[in-house]
This record gives sequence, structure tokens and C-alpha cells, in this order.
Amino acid sequence: MAHAKDHDYHILPPSIWPFFSSVGAFIMLFGAVLWMHAITPFMFFIGLIATLYSMWGWWADTIKENIAGDHTPVVRIGLRYGVIFFIMSEVMFFVAWFWAFFKNALYPMYDYAGTTYVKPEIIPIDAFHLPLINTLILLCSGAAVTWAHHALVHENNRKDLITGLSIGIALGVLFTLLQAYEYYELFVHEGYTFGGEFFYGSFFMATGFHGFHVIIGTIFLTICLIRAMKGHFTPEDHIGFEAAAWYWHFVDVVWLFLFIAVYIWGQ
Amino acid sequence: MADAAIHGHEHEDNRGWFTRWFMSTNHKDIGILYLFTAGAVGFLSVCFTVFMRLELMEPGVQHMCLEGARLFADAARECTPNGHLWNVMITYHGVLMMFFVVIPALFGGFGNYFMPLQIGAPDMAFPRLNNLSYWMFVAGVALGVASILSPGGDQQLGSGIGWVLYPPLSVREGGISTDLAIFAVHVSGASSILGAINIITTFLNMRTPGMTLFKVPLFAWSVFVTAWLILLALPVLAGAITMLLTDRNFGTAFFDPAGGGDPILYQHILWFFGHPEVYIVVLPGFGLVSHIIATFARKPIFGYLPMVWALIAIGVLGFVVWAHHMYTVGMSLTQQSYFMMATMVIAVPTGVKVFSWIATMWGGSVEFKTPMLFAFGFLILFTIGGVTGVVLSQAGVDRAYHDTYYVVAHFHYTMSMGAAFTIFAGVYYYIGKMSGRQYPEWAGKVHFWMFFIGVNVTFFPQHFLGRQGMPRRYIDYPEAFAYWNKISSMGAFLSFASFVFFIGIVFYTIFAGRRITENNYWNEYADTLEWTLPCPPPEHTFETLPKREDWDHSPAH
Repeated sequence: MAHAKDHDYHILPPSIWPFFSSVGAFIMLFGAVLWMHAITPFMFFIGLIATLYSMWGWWADTIKENIAGDHTPVVRIGLRYGVIFFIMSEVMFFVAWFWAFFKNALYPMYDYAGTTYVKPEIIPIDAFHLPLINTLILLCSGAAVTWAHHALVHENNRKDLITGLSIGIALGVLFTLLQAYEYYELFVHEGYTFGGEFFYGSFFMATGFHGFHVIIGTIFLTICLIRAMKGHFTPEDHIGFEAAAWYWHFVDVVWLFLFIAVYIWGQ
Repeated sequence: MADAAIHGHEHEDNRGWFTRWFMSTNHKDIGILYLFTAGAVGFLSVCFTVFMRLELMEPGVQHMCLEGARLFADAARECTPNGHLWNVMITYHGVLMMFFVVIPALFGGFGNYFMPLQIGAPDMAFPRLNNLSYWMFVAGVALGVASILSPGGDQQLGSGIGWVLYPPLSVREGGISTDLAIFAVHVSGASSILGAINIITTFLNMRTPGMTLFKVPLFAWSVFVTAWLILLALPVLAGAITMLLTDRNFGTAFFDPAGGGDPILYQHILWFFGHPEVYIVVLPGFGLVSHIIATFARKPIFGYLPMVWALIAIGVLGFVVWAHHMYTVGMSLTQQSYFMMATMVIAVPTGVKVFSWIATMWGGSVEFKTPMLFAFGFLILFTIGGVTGVVLSQAGVDRAYHDTYYVVAHFHYTMSMGAAFTIFAGVYYYIGKMSGRQYPEWAGKVHFWMFFIGVNVTFFPQHFLGRQGMPRRYIDYPEAFAYWNKISSMGAFLSFASFVFFIGIVFYTIFAGRRITENNYWNEYADTLEWTLPCPPPEHTFETLPKREDWDHSPAH
């Protein structure tokens, strides 16, 4: 190099992970198609393993760089921007599912002139039963994570940080378990199916994608818990934890919309 | 280009070939990869259209036969029309051009290479993520090509469902091809979203000290606005095609009226993405053209601030006009009136841009080098496309024009001539900067005139065909449409010849073009930061951030 770097931005060395993960994504998705057509599930799992492995390797690199001090204040601002925009794109992804849900709720097909469609009997879900409990669990989980965040930022209190995170994760896992239980009840006792009727597909895809995001968020928080135990976070520099917390709150908010729209209003 | 950069003076590059091109974290190298890949996919996609125009040259089906596709018509052998092959051609022409050519070339290629340079950033905000965007794009291309070659509808290869993937056709198309196509679009969308996150962050966080938002060059602004459109529009598309996927494979009824679903729902969600998409395609081109016109008119761009606000206005308005693509699906009169008004409003900021470009040239000392020719051609042809767009925005008139060749002519004037002209303009404007070698001016001019005449001969007659009522997406047509179809096909062959010639120019330039020694090989009106760098720029640029006097040439806005 002719000159030395004279700025605070992060210039990265070459990395195999982008190429590796794209190959993994290709194999995984091609495999998913083969699996959906009952040809073979193996290719999907090979691709999935490759993708997960590259996530592991990539983020391990990122954490190493963080520890090495590459994440200067200006880089941390950039990372925060990145997380915010990522979450915005996720919000827009949910817009599509809410769009489908509201279309069906406001302009149901049985109202259309000339239609032969008759809405089947769908057993309503009592929003103020399990879904309300789940809402409270998720909100408490969000509060616990925020408590952990405050403990870190304002007091540099690692004990409270770890306790708050642990509670947040435990409540997140509880939410997922209860949601699985709800699905089980709906499928086995309430006659819900995945396909066949618009409402079912819309309900399970919207809540299912939300549940998937809860699982991702839980894993994200778990990684942060491990890093908190290892003492990676300081009151100034804890961008990974901040991202996880933001992501967790995003999952919360999506759930609130689901709860109000799908569970209360939509039944 | 690789060669030129490696042997560039005053710069040692010790990276190996694989490290440099497969593991890159360098925005300039990734930009070049984007441009070449988009060019290769573009060539494939252009071949499809040429085959389509070959088939449409004469009434009757002579080339796309069930007995095998043939390049030369042969009256002696039997030919049963193969409508599926035709449908496959139109589908992948659209899918490839939309997702894998124009966005990667303008947004991925030029955006990556020049946006950081224009704002004085040493690289993108997330250099590794940047490479993921590129390789996800390649994975998308691979899935798309696999989709063409895998079992699809009608016991043949590929899906013949149109690039918009409307149900019920896309849900009922057999085979694995459509699922692969859906995943191809998913992956390409993910690639674009990650690219958009990167671009927005770079733009907001890495501008050189003193470069306030309204001092940022117009191309960087245009890429920034485009990134917002991608960020907010593409995830919605991802949702829509995920619904298609579950409808196809898991029996959901999002778009199946028998289960309470609605195919029109898909059209709404698709076009909520699809309309911003047309601005995603063309906005970076607006940015490039602004710089090119200023350079070759030897005047600073007229009305910088209105230009920026027009970009933003087009971006915002692009989100609220989507249903003008579907006037005929049975919307209420109130809805149609709203979408008609909103659509016409877009003509205002677009007019601001067009008139500002004209005003830039007004009184300037205009020099018609190849990039300027393309920019000028863009200006004329995009305006024609815009005017036919205003015609089509009328819900009443659209009753007659919907799904006719008038629409085909309209959107090819905005894309094949709008966006593609800006890509060529950008290539000629910047190839010297990227490769360190200059293209032969005469060859660029020959390319321009061939292409300009070619595309106009191709698409202008399609307005007539559309007014006569020729529908789009058909393999055959009655005798009455024969005359203009023949002329249109001639134009397509000329355009194709010009594209092949262009490929020749690019490779000649890279390997044998005249070496460039000065940093700024145009004139002092090419005054953004990339022109302060050597050609090609070193591996790492702006290791010391640029000084204000390097870029700040005008009073504050």
C-alpha cells in the first residue's frame, strides 16, 4: 500500500464468507425446491448447514474485529444505521402479510358478485386467553432486555445485564413454546388446517413468520448473553447487544399489531 | 480492467486472482464484477428478444416449433407452434432484465463504484456485506438460469408465466421451474436489499467532512433515493412471491378464489413493489445523465436543489401510484380516479428534471462525445416514453391500450431506451476511469447511431401496432399487423448488432485502448471527487480523506 489509512472507517481484509454463503444459499434453495417436489431433502440440508456455518464464521469474524477495536465510534454509528434499515426492510416484509390479512378481512371473497365461495365455519380464537398471556410474556421479555440494556449503559452492572438478558431469553423461549402449544391446539382440536382456506394460510404465515423472528431474536439474545458473560460489552461499545435489543423490540411491535389486528379485531 | 488495474502505475497489488475477485471487500472491484455479470446476463436476455423478434417478423410460426426451435425458417419441414417456448422467452426476458441486468448494472455497478468516490468515502460502510450482495445476485442468476433449464409447464423446460408471475397461471404452472424462478427473485431481492442498506448507510455516515446533504453530487443522491425504494419495496415483493410459493406447494389459498383468495390481491402487492421498481431502474440513470450533461455542456447542472427534490418526490410518489398497472381489473371509479391523478402528478418532478437538463445545455458549449450522445438520446427517448406514459395514465384511454403493444412501446422507451441509454452513457463516461484506457471515439459514435436507430425502428412502430389493437404476449398475429412487425424486427436485429459491436468496443478498450495519463480526461466540469483520482484508481482510495477544496466548487445551497 502506498499510503497508510488515515481515517476511522473500517477497511476489511478479503473474506471468503460472502462467496461461501451465497453458494450455501443457492444449494439450500435449490434443495428446498427439490424437497417441496418430494425429490430429495438432502440437498436442502447440505445447503442449510453451509449457510449456518458461514453465518457462524462470519459473525465470529465480526466479533473478533469488535474485540480488536475495529469498531470505532463512526463505524458503530454505521452499524446502528445498518440494523435500523434492516429492521425497516423486515417491517415492509410484514406489510405484505398484513395486506393480505386486511384484504381478506375487509373485502372477503364471499361478498363478491357472482362468487360461489362460501366461507367455512372457522372456530374463533379467544384473544384474551392464551394470546393475551403471550402478549404479556413478550412485553415482559422486552422490558427485561431493556432493563439489561440500562444496567449496562447507565451502571455498567454486568450482573443485572446478565440477569435481565437471561429473563428476556427465558420469556422468549416460553413465548415460542406457548405459540407451539397454540398451533397444536388449533390443528388438533379446532380443526385448523394450513391450506385450503385463505384465513388459515394468512393466519399461519403471519404468525408463523413472527414466530420465526422470535426464534431468531432469541438466538441473537442468547449469543449476546454468552458475550455478556465473557465481558465483551462496555457501556460505550455493545453494538451487538444493541442490535439484538432493537430486533427484539421490533418483534414485540409486530406481535402487538398481530395481536390487535389478527387476534382481537379479526376474530 | 483487471489487467489495467493490476499494472496501474504507482500501485502495487499483491492480492491473488481468487482473493481479488471472489473474496473482495473492495467497492471498486465489486462494482466491476457487477457490471460484467450484468452485461453477460443482459446479453443472454437480449438474445431471447432477438429470437422473439425473429419469430414475430412474419405472421405464422416459423421458428419456435414443437419439433425444435430453429434459427432459419424452413417451409419444407413441419412446424407446430410452441407457445410455451414463446412464453418462456418473454418471461425470462422480463425477469432477467428487471432483476438481474438493470438494477445490478446501475445500482450495483455504478452505484458501488462511484457513489463512495463521489462522497469521498474510502469504501462502503459494510465492505463484506457488499460482496454478499454481489454473490447473492450471482446465486440468483444461477437459480434463474436453472429455472429456464428445468422441467416446467406443458411438459417442457422453463416457466411461461410472464415476469409479473400472476396467479393463477404461476400457481398452476407445472414442474420445479417456477419454484426456482421464485427463489431466484427472492435471492435477487435479498441481494438488492443488502446493497440498499449498505448504500444508505454509506451515504449517511461516510460523507467527507463538510459535505452536507445538499452538497452531495447528484449521482450519489440518485443512488441514495433508489436505495430507499429498494429497501421499502422489495421486501413486499418477497412477501407476495412467498404467498405464491405456499399456494403452489403447501395448498394455501391466498390467490385461489375457491378458498376465499383473490388473484387481484397478488396484482396489488406485486405492483406496490413493481411501480417503485421502475424508478429503481431509472433513477440512478438520472444521476449519471446529470453529470454527463453538465460535463459536456461545460456548465454546472442547472437547478441542483430542485433536481434533488425531484428525485425525492419521484421516489415518494412512486409508492402511491401502483394500481395504474391494473385499471382493467374492476376497481371502483374512485380508485381509478385517484390512481390516475397521482400518476399524472409524477410528470411534474420528472418535468423538473427534464427541463433542468435542457436548461443545463442552454447556453452551454455542448460537445457531442459518445457519453453525451447517449445522454442526449436518453433525454429525447425517455421524454417520448414519459409522454406515452401520461397517455396510458388515463384510466379511460387505458381501456383501449391495456396489454397492447402500445404499452410495450411505452415501457421500452423508458427502459430499453431510458435505462439502457444511461448504462451505455455511464460506461463510455467512466470506462477510462475504471480501466485506465479510453475507448475509440469513432467506435462509440458508430455504436450510438446504430443503437439509436435500431431501438427507434424497433419500438416506434409498436405504438402503431398497439393503436391498431395488437395484443402483447402472443406468438402470432393476423396478416394486418405484418408490415410494422417486420420493420420492428429489422430494428431489433440492428440493435443486436450494435450490442455485439459494443461488447467488442469494451474488450478492445480494456486490452488495447489508448492509455490515459491524466486524472480528469474530460474537462473541468467533471468536477466530482472521482476525477481527482488516477485512472484506474488505486486499490484503496481516500486513505486520507479529501480536502474540501477538492470537491466544493459552489456556494452552499
